[in-house]
Amino acid sequence: MSAEDNFTIGLEEAHSWLGKKRHEVVGEFDVERGYIWSACAAVQNSNPLYWDEELAQQITNGATAPLTLLSAWFRPHYWMPNRDTIPLPWQTHFDLKTVLALPEAVATDSEVVFGEPVRPGDRISCSETLQSLSEVKKTKLGAGRFWVIDTVCHNQQEAWVGTETMTGFGYRSQSGT
Amino acid sequence: MKGATANYQYLTIQQVCAGEQLPELQHEVTATSVILGALASRDWRPMHHDRDFAQQRNRTRDIFMNTPNQAAWLERYITDWAGPTARIGRYKFRMGDSICPGDTMVFSGSVEGIETDEQSCCWVNLSIALCVNGDPKTRFTARVALPKDSKDNPWARTGTQWQP
Repeated sequence: MSAEDNFTIGLEEAHSWLGKKRHEVVGEFDVERGYIWSACAAVQNSNPLYWDEELAQQITNGATAPLTLLSAWFRPHYWMPNRDTIPLPWQTHFDLKTVLALPEAVATDSEVVFGEPVRPGDRISCSETLQSLSEVKKTKLGAGRFWVIDTVCHNQQEAWVGTETMTGFGYRSQSGT
Repeated sequence: MKGATANYQYLTIQQVCAGEQLPELQHEVTATSVILGALASRDWRPMHHDRDFAQQRNRTRDIFMNTPNQAAWLERYITDWAGPTARIGRYKFRMGDSICPGDTMVFSGSVEGIETDEQSCCWVNLSIALCVNGDPKTRFTARVALPKDSKDNPWARTGTQWQP
């Protein structure tokens, strides 16, 4: 059996990650309005929750961030002094590619569930958990494995603010590239 | 900032029925909108701002819209329809093809169902498609809490009262 056909590489190690918290990260900055307004501007979102402080006070008991901006609050800076490598979001996705020797990977599905609203001044932390790892599957992309990873997010008061669930497929392409 | 509320309706569950179609939202995608969305969501990866990289490494037509930016458009689409008192509980999506500068993206959607949970929170389940030239590029489902009436506010729910 050639190395290309061996889909058991790293399988024991990957299985050992199932159900365990990995890559716990604390956001590198507080949630702030500049990003909220930039995000709204990018999609021309005039929802008054983000532009009208009085209304935000009435409806959401103060300013909040757009819900779908959740992942921005724990993404690392592009560059920082004295840091050689940039941490990756969905690090477990990339770890699985490496340990299972699957050179290609795509995200196929994504689901996000929202808890307490995120507010300016919050500091968001998150951790990843590998929830499942499939048997070897063949698709039009190639042969490989599907995996499901949860990223669970909390604010500085340990209140749950959301969970992102990503389904990925790591594979070896049929062309061998 | 004042004056931003004028064009919004504040939908309650009583004003919505299953099978209802949401108004379409159309947007001409430009390089600026792709890059602005990527940077606003702190996504620094080159396929969202570097055409050569996207074409050579990702084999796409051009730079393409990143996932959080598509989600942000989804959020805008939902709240344009339902208003600021609507609170998204969850959404799920499957992406097909890339959205690139020059594409005209069109969001359309419908109310698939209405329910009230054990905490008396009222929900609509939405099915939404993002199409370019009539071809679906991304399909979404979303579960959105709407006020029961003009006195209710889903945003006031916390802890066990909020079951998205």
